[in-house]
Amino acid sequence: MKIHEFQAKELFRRYNIGVPEGRVIENTAQVRKVLTDLGSPPLVVKAQIHAGGRGKGGGVKVCATPAEAEKAARQILGMTLVTRQTGPQGQLVRRVLIEQGLDISRELYLALLVDRDNSGIMIMAGTAGGVNIEKTAARTPEKIIRIKINPLEGIQPFHCRQAAFALNLSGPVFKQFTVALSRLYRLFVECDCSLLEINPLVVTNDEQLFALDAKLDIDSNSLFRHADLAAFYDKCEVDPLEAKATEYKLNYINLGGSIGNMVNGAGLAMATMDLIKQAGAEPANFLDVGGGAGAEMVEKGFQLILADKNVKGILINIFGGILRCDVLAEGVAQATRKSGVRVPVVVRMAGTNAEQGRRILADSGLNLITATDLGDAARKIASI
Amino acid sequence: MSIFINQDTRLLVQGITGNEGGFHTRQCQEYGTKVVAGVTPGKGGLKIDNVPVFNTVSEAVATTGVNCSLIFVPPPFAADAILEAIAGDIQLIVAVTEGIPVMDMLQVKNLLVTSKSRLIGPNCPGLISPGQCKVGIMPGSIHLPGSIGVISRSGTLTYEVVDQLTKEGLGQSTCLGIGGDPVVGTSFIDCLSAFENDSGTSGIVMVGEIGGTAEEEAARFIRDKMSKPVVGFIAGLTAPPGRRMGHAGAIISGGRGTATEKINIMRECGIQVCEDLVNFGKFCRSVFRC
Repeated sequence: MKIHEFQAKELFRRYNIGVPEGRVIENTAQVRKVLTDLGSPPLVVKAQIHAGGRGKGGGVKVCATPAEAEKAARQILGMTLVTRQTGPQGQLVRRVLIEQGLDISRELYLALLVDRDNSGIMIMAGTAGGVNIEKTAARTPEKIIRIKINPLEGIQPFHCRQAAFALNLSGPVFKQFTVALSRLYRLFVECDCSLLEINPLVVTNDEQLFALDAKLDIDSNSLFRHADLAAFYDKCEVDPLEAKATEYKLNYINLGGSIGNMVNGAGLAMATMDLIKQAGAEPANFLDVGGGAGAEMVEKGFQLILADKNVKGILINIFGGILRCDVLAEGVAQATRKSGVRVPVVVRMAGTNAEQGRRILADSGLNLITATDLGDAARKIASI
Repeated sequence: MSIFINQDTRLLVQGITGNEGGFHTRQCQEYGTKVVAGVTPGKGGLKIDNVPVFNTVSEAVATTGVNCSLIFVPPPFAADAILEAIAGDIQLIVAVTEGIPVMDMLQVKNLLVTSKSRLIGPNCPGLISPGQCKVGIMPGSIHLPGSIGVISRSGTLTYEVVDQLTKEGLGQSTCLGIGGDPVVGTSFIDCLSAFENDSGTSGIVMVGEIGGTAEEEAARFIRDKMSKPVVGFIAGLTAPPGRRMGHAGAIISGGRGTATEKINIMRECGIQVCEDLVNFGKFCRSVFRC
């Protein structure tokens, strides 16, 4: 789960990591009050959306006067921000973070992430922080050092020193950094993060360390033990159909094509999307109804696909294991009776109780196209 | 012959009194698996389908001599259940549970290194040695005893592949799903190496998907260390970058882990990659029968 920069910084404050003084506003009426709170310029106005690349997309403004900051806040709040990560449709800016500007002497890069290859946690740090970090990572990867940490041992002072020396830190900032890094590691583990990225981490002219930006992804599977973090979920940042799917506990991703599909199991769902593409069509979505889905889940999944206006045909591909084909067929029949279906539906069932499932669909009197195997299903989808 | 499980497997089911645990215990028994114990804390003393239930794994081990555990415990308690099985020195632990926090699995995975146990999963369908033993949730009926080893990161996609193999008359020695999570106990390489050493396995099918670099590492292992033929399949050619495709591990990040990249490396390493799932069984027959 992604969270906003201001939420991540709230967590940083809880762990005593230096962040600039700042306020979040949701409407322009709050601007003046916030500006008086913050005091002397420069001020930085930052759009709060989940996607990255905000600066280059015009969502971050450094302002020399309060008047300028007010103008920037009015401009950014409510705008549709298009960045390289939002896609061409952009993302509506519902909140703006206004922060005290800092006198920056150096910009560094620091990240912690789950290192799946080594089953550990990795620290990445570099001296060239800032908006061009992707280029640095791709062109000169040796400029970013990587420190592997075994989660059973946890972070040790020598790990922190290693990172601080690599960043050419000295004097009071060296000490500040090593303390901050071990706090960040604690935050990472305690909050079940999958990614924590500070770009840039800055050193000011008066030798203070601040997290100027903060990007944090939290493992959604851990939310059962983090009620406070679960509250950070912002459904406005998610595709509306995907938000609906989350409510239903279905795995759904909108892909923008015209052939909707519903499959049990993530691997088979991906393979089915690929099959649709190979048949010459574009998949409209990824939808895994899960291994243990009942008729109701199937019905909800079906409604979700139908709610997508781009869908011109649907392929249901079920390999019955725990989810029996008769249960699936019942769900599809119910959903079709209730909401009606305006597009052709091809149903392919195999495995547990496939024969009964086919009979249920045949006896339902509904206009559903049954496919005998995957090849047959692909041909029937191609002909839509 | 087979890998990891056979007719001598004595199975413990952790979470046997739950809905899923109970259902699949019966399915495993019907297939012929010797289910000798169950564990649910607080339910010790019960009997479920003639299987004695214990409060702790150590009691179950001491009383019944189990050597394998199948775990159906819900995500908040699953890592603890795995650790309890490790503490009981159970040789093979199979965790079906989906949705265990990664941070928990990092602990488990690092503790496994110094233990006597092998973990398969989590978030996996388990494994089956057709005609001998089933430790998992897969439909037993689609399998056929034979000499093809099947390894996969997925559940139902494995069933699809196995079904096609069976229809082509290609029976299986052992089929196993290693799990769709970013951190799993047993890797493709562990399984490949076991299949290479198993005299009952003549060829291997490896079903991968986008995300991570497990398939690439497996491909290099096959090139350097294996003599038996391997057929590969990768799901997720059409997956968009940065999105989690159901499995927590299935995500393309920073241009790494794409299906195309995996397929290219697998082919460079001499693996026969089939891109056409519709004709996967026929493809395998042409490779394994020639």
